[in-house]
Formats: sequence, C-alpha cells, structure tokens
Amino acid sequence: MPRQLEGSVAVAETVAACRPDVICAYPISPQTHIVEGLSRIVKTGGLGSCEFLNVESEFGAMSACIGASATGARTYTATASQGLLFMAEALYNASGLGLPIVMTVANRAIGAPINIWNDHSDAMSQRDSGWIQLYAETNQEAADLHVQAFRLAEELSLPVMVCMDGFILTHAYERLEVPTAEQVAAYLPPFEPRQVLDPDEPMMIGAMVGPEAFTEVKYLMHAKQQMALAAIPQLADEFERDFGRRSGGLLRRYRCQDAHTVVLALGSVLGTIEDVIDDMRDEGVAIGAVGLKCFRPYPLDAVRTALAQAERVVVLEKAFAVGAGGIVGQNVRLALSGLRPRVHDVIAGLGGRPITKASLRRLFEQAVDDRLGRGMTFLDLDHDVVARELQRLEAR
Amino acid sequence: MAKQQIKFFQTGSFAVGGRLLDPEQRSVQSDARRSNTLTSGHRACQGCGEALGARYALDAAMRASGGRLIAANATGCLEVFSTPFPESSWQLPWIHSLFGNAPAVATGIAAALRAKGRDDVRVIGQGGDGGTVDIGMGCLSGMFERNDDVLYVCYDNEGYMNTGVQRSGATPPAARTATTQAVGEAPGNVFGQGKSAPLIAMAHEIPYVATATVADLRDLEAKVEYAMGLRGARYVHVLVTCPLGWGSASADTIKIARLACETGLFPVFEAEAGDVTAVTKIRRRLPVEAYLRPQKRFAHLFEPEERTDVIARIQARADRTIDRFGLLP
Amino acid sequence: MYSVRIHGRGGQGVVTSAELLSLAAFLEGRHAQAIPSFGSERTGAPVVSFCRIDDREIRLREPIAAPDALIVQDPTLLHQADVFAGLVPGGRVLLNSSRTAEALGVAGLDAQILTVPASELARTHLGRPLPGPAMLAAFAALTGVVSLESVLAAIRDRFKGAAGAGNAAAAQAAHAFALREGVHA
Repeated sequence: MPRQLEGSVAVAETVAACRPDVICAYPISPQTHIVEGLSRIVKTGGLGSCEFLNVESEFGAMSACIGASATGARTYTATASQGLLFMAEALYNASGLGLPIVMTVANRAIGAPINIWNDHSDAMSQRDSGWIQLYAETNQEAADLHVQAFRLAEELSLPVMVCMDGFILTHAYERLEVPTAEQVAAYLPPFEPRQVLDPDEPMMIGAMVGPEAFTEVKYLMHAKQQMALAAIPQLADEFERDFGRRSGGLLRRYRCQDAHTVVLALGSVLGTIEDVIDDMRDEGVAIGAVGLKCFRPYPLDAVRTALAQAERVVVLEKAFAVGAGGIVGQNVRLALSGLRPRVHDVIAGLGGRPITKASLRRLFEQAVDDRLGRGMTFLDLDHDVVARELQRLEAR
Repeated sequence: MAKQQIKFFQTGSFAVGGRLLDPEQRSVQSDARRSNTLTSGHRACQGCGEALGARYALDAAMRASGGRLIAANATGCLEVFSTPFPESSWQLPWIHSLFGNAPAVATGIAAALRAKGRDDVRVIGQGGDGGTVDIGMGCLSGMFERNDDVLYVCYDNEGYMNTGVQRSGATPPAARTATTQAVGEAPGNVFGQGKSAPLIAMAHEIPYVATATVADLRDLEAKVEYAMGLRGARYVHVLVTCPLGWGSASADTIKIARLACETGLFPVFEAEAGDVTAVTKIRRRLPVEAYLRPQKRFAHLFEPEERTDVIARIQARADRTIDRFGLLP
Repeated sequence: MYSVRIHGRGGQGVVTSAELLSLAAFLEGRHAQAIPSFGSERTGAPVVSFCRIDDREIRLREPIAAPDALIVQDPTLLHQADVFAGLVPGGRVLLNSSRTAEALGVAGLDAQILTVPASELARTHLGRPLPGPAMLAAFAALTGVVSLESVLAAIRDRFKGAAGAGNAAAAQAAHAFALREGVHA
C-alpha cells in the first residue's frame, strides 16, 4: 500500500519492521526525525522488548551498539557528519570486531565551516573504516536498503551503513511503500551471531594482536568485504522477488546503451541526472548514467564493465579529497585504467548547494563537446569570489 | 551495610580468611571453587596492585552473580597484560573495545540482556583511572545518568601507566610522571583541585558508590558483593599501587595502599543515592611523609633538599580530606 | 509537472503546507514531492518550501526555481525576500493578506494574484492565525490543481480533533472566499 511519507519516517518504520533489539540514539541534523520516529514507536509498545537508549554522544552510541551487538542483539543507530567523525574510532572497532551493526548516515557536510546541509564528505571520510557503504537514490530505496543491510550484515558479520542524502531525502515527503514486519520477517531471519558474549560459553572479544598476526587479520577483513560483492546482488534479487520492486544491488545503469558519454554518481542527484539525460536523449545525444549503489566494497569489475564502452565518463561527486582530487573519480579511474574512456571529475553540491537541471545540462553539453578541462571541475563555482580571494592570499 | 568486626588471632599479621573464621566470613579467595576469573599467566608487573584488585573484585562479582557475568574492559594495563593474542587470562565472557568507551559498551551489553529477558546475567565495566576519569568520563556520566544496570570498577593507579607513566586527571599533586617531570621550579604534577570520580559518581545519585584499596581486600570483596546485590548504576573506585609508576618496591604494594588510607590522603567510604553511608576510620594516623617517602615519584620532595613547603601543602590536603569525611574515630 | 513554492516565516507552518499539498495530490492518485528548504529551526526567520505534482514518478530534486504558483503566507516578506523570483509568466500567486494586490504594491506583476485573509479566517475558525491550510484551499480554488475535497482530507489526516475541524473550517471559508473574489481555474 503506497503512502505519502517523510523519508525519515519511512526509514524509522522500516527499521522497526526489522525488529531490532537495541537502538542507540543521539540526535544530529538531519537525522533527528529518524531517531524521534523510532523513539515513538518503541515508547508506544510497537517494538516489544526493544531497548531504546538515549546516549550521551555519537561515540557513546556506537560504543553501546558494539556492546549490544556483541551480546547477540540486532542493533541499530543513525548519525551524520560531525557525529560520524566523533564515532570514527568506534567505527573501525566495530568492523574490526566483525559486529553486524546497521547504521543510517543522513549525509551531511563536515565542518569547519559548520554546515548542516547535504554532501557526501561524511561517509566518504569513513570509506576505509571497514564498513560496507550503500547509497540510496530515493526514499523508497533508502527504506528498502535497511532491510537488505540487516541481512547482509548478519550473513557476513560486518557492519553496514546506509547512506541517504540529508534533507534532500530525509526531509522530503514522497510516495513510497513501507515494508511491513511480515514482509521483512520472510526475508530477514532472526539474528544468529557468529560470536556472542554468553556466560554459558565464555569467550573473549578484542584481544591485542601484534605484528605476527595483524596483517593476516586485515587481509581477511578485506577478503570478507569482497564477499559482499557477490552477496549484494543476490540479496537485491531476492528482495525484488519478495517485495516486487528493484532496490540496491551494486550499480544501476540508465540508458547506457550505445552511450558515448556516461555520467556516474551516487545518491539522490541521480534523479535529476536522469531527467537531463532524458531531455538530451530526446535530442539525439547518446548519453547515459550509472548510479553506484554500493561504494564499499568497491565494485571495480562492475564499474569497469558498465563504463568500458564509453568515450568519456563524467563522475559527479559530492565530496573530494582536499589537496588531491575527486574520491569517486579516483576509484573510477582505477576501474578504467588501461581502457579507453576519459574520466572527468566534477565536484558538485558541496554543503548543500543545489544541483540544478540547468547546470547539469550545461555541464553534460560541455562534456559531450570535450570542453571539460583536466583536473576537477567545481560545478557552479563563483569564479569571481575565488579569484579575488586567491589574489588576496598571494598578495600577502 | 553491616560488617563483622574480625578479631585477629595471629599477632602481627593481618591475615584473614583462614580456618579460624566461619566459612561465610572467609574471603572468596580462600574458596577452592572460586572462579579464578583473572587466572594466572598474565603479564602484569611483579607487585601489580591492579592485578590484585581485579582478581578479588571479579571473583567476588562472579560469586555474587552465580558465575553469570559479562565484562567490558577499557584499554589499559589490565586489558593489555591479560590478553596477548592468542592467549587470555579471563575466564568469563569479556570484551575490550576502546579506551574511552568501556562504560558505554557495558551499557550496550546491559541493554541487550534486557531486550532478551536475560536478567540473570550481570554486567561489569572496568578500566583504569585514565579510561574512567579522563577519556571515559563522558560515557561514564551517561551510564550513571541513565542508571544502567552496570557495576563499574575503576582501578586507580593515578596515571597512564600502560603507555609509560603519564599524568592523568587522577595523578596527585607533586607526583612525578613522564609528562609532569621532577624538574624546574615546581617539580612534579601541579597542585590542582583534583578530580574525585567517587564524588562525581555521588553527584549522579546512583544507587551505590564505594572506594576501596588493595590494602583491605576483604573490604573490597564485601563492597563488590554488596554492589552486586543492587540493580542500577554502581561505582567502585579502587586505589591500586603501581610499583613501576610510583617507584615503590614490588613487595610494598599493600603497605603503600594502607599508608594512603592511614595518612588520610585516600578516603575509604560508601555512599548511596548521593549520601555517604559509611566511612572507614583511620586506625593509626600518620603524617603524609610516611606515604611519600617510599615512592620514587615523590623523591624530589626529599632530595636534594626536603621541600617542606610542598609536603605541608600535601598535608593540608590530607587534613581536609580527614575533616571532610570524618576519618578520625 | 506542476511546481509550487511556498514562502513564510518559521513557525507559520510553511513546511506543513507543502506536505499537506503533496498529500492532497497523493490522495488523488498522483505523485507529489514536498521538500522544505532547510535551515536551522528558527521562529520568525524566512522559510521556503516546495511542492511538485505530477502524474509520473518525480525524480528531480532541486529547489523550485521556476514555480507555476506561489503561496506567500507572510506579506512582510514581499519586499524583503525575492519571493517572485522565477515565477513563470502569468503564474498564479496567493498572498495571505486582507489588503489588495495594489495596496501591497505588487499589482504590476505578470501574474494572476489573489489575496486571501487566511490568518483572519484561521483565527476565526481555529483560534490561531496559522494560515497554511486555508491558503491551500484557496490555491485549490484558484488553480484547480487539487480539489477542495483532497485538501480537506489531507488536513484531517494531519490534524486530529479540534485542530482538524478548525483547520478544515478555515479552509472551506478560504475556498469560498477565493471562488467569490478571485481569478479562478
């Protein structure tokens, strides 16, 4: 039954349908409506014996999740931006300990300067943390990915973060189907932990590992994440079979058939991109898009296959490595090394700057005409302002 | 809580828990069926007060909970010397996560147990002064404020010992550490106002707060057992001598802890819901010098010249503590 | 696709208005997307929200730069913020005011303007000067993009009890007012 709902509320109801045992909550814009929604569901008895913990910080949130998950509880939290960074130490700890925690990241820019609006710098900053990273294009997909995330996490014993664009998705009201508890129960079996703190079978978790074994432990972490590359498409197929709609997977191609130019992006901007592609296709331009749904593990082979036939690839990303260049762009170049396509890095939407159809149209036309320069292009950059400031810097 | 006054039948000895006592009054350690939760083979220093305190505290908690206990341990000496992969000294379900999050991990464990209806299984969080009083303070306070069902034990050796004896918020004034060296015009640690974790715990009005030392191990056991009989957030702060960090003889661990009590520098007391309920009186008061002299971390107060001014300030602190807690009979 | 931009100040229910409008369209079986323009929550600060309505899935996600219609819930914004930016030629404008467009100084615009005393109607029927639902009903009358019935259903879905009845009454009054006074669909 479709409903008209706020994205955050849909996520809250979906997470509740997954029947978590412990939810740890610390508020940060723009995730607040998710934890508020879950708090209400738990308090009104909608989740039986689920424990909802109001913790004192994001570091506390992830730490409590670690304790709960290690004790065999299906565990969930949500955060964004500064909160994600504040729990960074705990993120690495959770993945290193192989705990199947699921977390929503309501993507938001990282300060300074403080900025509460959407971009991907938060999740991108933790791309090496050992967490699986999934990116939702729509609120429907955001809700659906949480169901798949719990299944994936618990099957592989790895934590999973579901990324959804802050405000753009979290605070958008749109039409979607919220998975019911019954539907979820058919897809997601009860949590069977690989390791659990239990007086009946004592074990210890979190030993100090020295040089003689550490490398092997990390190698195995990498190998385990790679297993997700096979698991994710399978789980998405099963989801489609059980729920009747396609969500997730490694990536999604849009009108890439015979495309000489392909735009690659993550998250909600894909919707706007698809509108522009439709317009340009109507005018006979062979342009398509690839939406990357799974960023970690990096689906290198799938990206290579999707892009290999193009002449040029425009990577549109909402974060970048200061002092270096595009992050997703680097990863795409890795997949395409030795192959024909030229890769252009376009940085857009930082700190919530809207990415408009008009700007994208101009950008794609430039790309098609090979008028995009080398290095990063910053979409809609105010060149006058930066020129003036650089001049001042140099004058000193 | 009532504690039986025990008469010492062996002159000159403080040995308790022997055949002359009723079985119920004997130390957990005297029981062959004790859990040995922190068993032998760990890498602690000779004379480590923390290993001693942890053994007594954990075995008492295990007896009180019928062996149904899960421990969350902060990074620090205790964690490092007890779990060198692939070995472990622990004989209970045990997790080490990070330095600053042991209270939060314990909170999570307790929440999971509650969600699963396992109220027969109890939770203990533990860490050193660094992980508790400094970097763990935020999580600790959160755990207190929520009144999570966790017993948290802090083993206070007054410094970051595992990393090489650096100053912590619990390091006493004038003490030498690697980051408050015995050089310059005011050698050793500064004279601040201190940071009393037990008083902070009491300010949260949690069900039970107690201090103890490794000089009176039966007292430590009794307090842990009493705490385990309660639900909600409980805090036990144990002074544990560190021969390496304090520069004391490894055979003097218990003696030095006793001197901390007898000089009034470390008050031994209990509190419930924010009010002090019992205090251990000083049997034979000593001047602070008696405590300071045997520790090299205070050597600069005596050589090359005796710093009577500094010692007087330390004495004034002891006097204030004695006054404040009513430590004299 | 039909685009509506709603202007007001924090505390006036600007975001709720966009959501209600999207809900009304949804109840008619259409696709609708409501987005708040997001800032820190501050009562009294200028706020903008957006609503897109279409018969197919709406993929576009950007602020509405070229609205087909504007709803201005606070007339003090008229000469402070550029509320009319991008309005399509001849676009529909609803202003919450008991004064005329001429009196408000906006009569010369290339737009079909209707002023509605929504705050007064809300005060009368609801007891509080929250103009949103009334403005939406006037919008329905002016444009026909959604029906009054759908607006009322959305109002009752969001507001329970006395608030629901009061808002619905204000909406009906505003709808009738708009039909009487305005340029209508």
